[in-house]
Amino acid sequence: MSSYTAPVRDMRFVIGELVDLDAIAALPGCEDVGPDLVEAVLEEAGKLAGNVLDPLNQQADRNGARWTEAGVVAAPGFAEAYQQFIEGGWNGLACPTEYDGQGLPELLGTATHEMWNAANMAFALCPMLTLGAIEAIQHYATDELKAAYLANMVAGTWTGTMNLTEPQAGSDLAAVRSKAVPEGDHYRISGQKIFITWGDHDMTDNVVHLVLARLPDAPAGVRGISLFLVPKFLLNADGTPGERNTVQCVSIEHKLGIHGSPTCVLAFEEAIGYLVGTANKGLAHMFTMMNEARLKVGLQGLAQADRAYQQARWYANDRIQGRTVVDQGDARSPIINHPDVRRMLMTMRAQAEAMRAVAYTTAAQVDIARRHPDEAVRKAAQARVDLMIPIVKGWSTETGQDVTSIGIQVHGGMGYVEETGAAQYFRDARITTIYEGTTAIQANDFVGRKLALDRGAAMQALLADMRATLAGLDAADGEDLAVIRTRLAPAVDALEEAADWVVANYEACQADVLGAAFNLLMMAGCVCGGWQMARAALAASAQLAAGGDPKFYGAKLVTARFYAEQLLPRAGALLTVAKAGAASMMALDPEQF
Amino acid sequence: MKVLVAVKRVVDYNVKVRPKADGTGVETANVKMSMNPFDEIAVEEAVRLQEAGKASEVVVVSLGVSACQDTLRTALAMGADRAILVETDAELQPLAVAKLLKAVVDKEQPGLVILGKQAIDDDCNQTGQMLAALLGCGQGTFASKVEPGDGLVTVTREVDGGAETVELKLPAVITSDLRLNEPRYVKLPNIMKAKKKPLEVLKPEAFGVDVTPRLKTLKVAEPPKRAGGVKVASVAELVDKLKNVAQVL
Repeated sequence: MSSYTAPVRDMRFVIGELVDLDAIAALPGCEDVGPDLVEAVLEEAGKLAGNVLDPLNQQADRNGARWTEAGVVAAPGFAEAYQQFIEGGWNGLACPTEYDGQGLPELLGTATHEMWNAANMAFALCPMLTLGAIEAIQHYATDELKAAYLANMVAGTWTGTMNLTEPQAGSDLAAVRSKAVPEGDHYRISGQKIFITWGDHDMTDNVVHLVLARLPDAPAGVRGISLFLVPKFLLNADGTPGERNTVQCVSIEHKLGIHGSPTCVLAFEEAIGYLVGTANKGLAHMFTMMNEARLKVGLQGLAQADRAYQQARWYANDRIQGRTVVDQGDARSPIINHPDVRRMLMTMRAQAEAMRAVAYTTAAQVDIARRHPDEAVRKAAQARVDLMIPIVKGWSTETGQDVTSIGIQVHGGMGYVEETGAAQYFRDARITTIYEGTTAIQANDFVGRKLALDRGAAMQALLADMRATLAGLDAADGEDLAVIRTRLAPAVDALEEAADWVVANYEACQADVLGAAFNLLMMAGCVCGGWQMARAALAASAQLAAGGDPKFYGAKLVTARFYAEQLLPRAGALLTVAKAGAASMMALDPEQF
Repeated sequence: MKVLVAVKRVVDYNVKVRPKADGTGVETANVKMSMNPFDEIAVEEAVRLQEAGKASEVVVVSLGVSACQDTLRTALAMGADRAILVETDAELQPLAVAKLLKAVVDKEQPGLVILGKQAIDDDCNQTGQMLAALLGCGQGTFASKVEPGDGLVTVTREVDGGAETVELKLPAVITSDLRLNEPRYVKLPNIMKAKKKPLEVLKPEAFGVDVTPRLKTLKVAEPPKRAGGVKVASVAELVDKLKNVAQVL
């Protein structure tokens, strides 16, 4: 079995060549962010991910979190690793300095989160949820709540959770029934929440729940939901955890994957909670957290894909089977020399590189949207981020399914055997298309709020950027770049046609558009990936011309060409599928199923 | 007591080292470089001495190209207070390194100098010993335990077949072995702080040291590939082959 090696050089390539690092360093508070700091941070994070988190991954899969009467016990080794993680200051990497975070850009946070999630996704979920909770508290809570909770959450000494789902309220949160009754300066929260990731554990001395519930006089539906902060332990006057609050983990789920991450059923019985933000605006507030989390879940698709690729690459070099068509001699060969194994490995590699480029460039836009001094620039960056969130989440997690599945295929029968680890990446990745909004929710968001609502304006800005890259390819020499151009141009045209079709038909033919939404989302991801790979090819080709490392940049160029030739043409087919409409989907009566 | 630690930038231990095509040396272009692992242990030991209140200041020094600054920043992130780079593009052999380090020691006057026992690129295992000789001070090489006392230091050394404990007068030179300690994971806030710690760049000429190589590298090549073995039918045939073909009996 392979061990995880953080792909630091690939990450630095994206951060240095595809993101404008100088523009990030020019943002207020990012003055220290240069190539040397990026390298130092990635190197040290990579050591922690590879040496501490990765070795716990397989054993936590076999021997995961445990429910006990006294509370959930984390998988063996997790508490010590978590301690090391927070003592290293990694939890607050991108958190504000006023709460003792390091104030580094989300771009670097994204790269380190890829590492945590590739090395041990079940573990990485815990800090991921904490960051989402910090975000919501920071934006909407009172100064008193911020002062009482944020510093400990940024340090990671307390963790955070998101409590949305109830048995009858999954994707449809209008059905939330948990109640909040005012009592003095606080509320009494009652109800049952399910699927609460890291909802209880023994790694820290407090857990801070953010909970959606209804006030007694709240209107029905999504406009009657409020957000509350409910700590596992109420705070003493000196701010330390004191009396146990009446929220209990009554069971944890038995799941397909991420066995190291406790998925809790939480029972709130008149638990003391505090209102966060405005009454009845809880769902909007919660979406602050959700957006952050959706980008990070997209990153999990990438992370598991890369981990699966590293394992498959190792196995393909190690496993001897058959003779190759390349070398007709008698010697039996490692399977990496078989063309179909190459097809699989190149697909895994190209998809991972494309996902990384799309995710990191989006993270850089998050930084610009948060920190740029010019409001117009902030707005434009936010519009790009909003457009990209469903793509990063939906496309990267769906692609993660394909890539981790191919990872098993490379192993043959041994991939189906747990010992190699390949199966775990596939099982762990399987949740990513479901939580934080299923792919269907992302697809509906994409065609509705992100395309139809602004009549395609944000998409037009993206298409203009893609066309600028095509112009760059026109001006460049070399066969690889020429091939990439011939594949990218029709794909960009197809994306434009798709966007126009959505804008024209969203009101009149909603069933057709919603029936097509998934394929349109996959198409948008495929083209965004192709665009970033083309940018990578241009950057690599310039580096090669300037005497850069022929192996590294040569491989970038070849991988971009592979993507253009073997993966990007899917965009055209996806457009054809989407425009076929929903007639054949909806024609049968339900009883005919 | 001030502690001086010497660190070397070498090809990362995960990289498979390859000779250059022309046989003049090892390929270092486009290769990942890191701090020599034994030097990491040396830095860790110095920082632990400081944390235990036994050292007042930890100064790290490296000799070589400008990129050695990255290696020094790593040492600063581990906890060293300040850094010195003696910058040169010249090939530095152990004697030149020892002479330059002696010049730095004369300038800094540390109570203790800690080095890695050897660098994983050339595996010379000479610099610490040469430095001690040039300084005319005691040496505790292959250290697996270091305990400073009053004006002296007790060092447990890894020797063939066991451990040897020696007591050295300060100032002294120590070289670290693998079991001295396990270097820490660098903390993120310390990476940020390391950027702001002082790093002084000096030139070898400033010390008046002649760094001209004394050894000439004739050729660097991969070890010959092992030829395939043969199966023997009996012990007698084996002995015969060992006698007459391998000629080892």
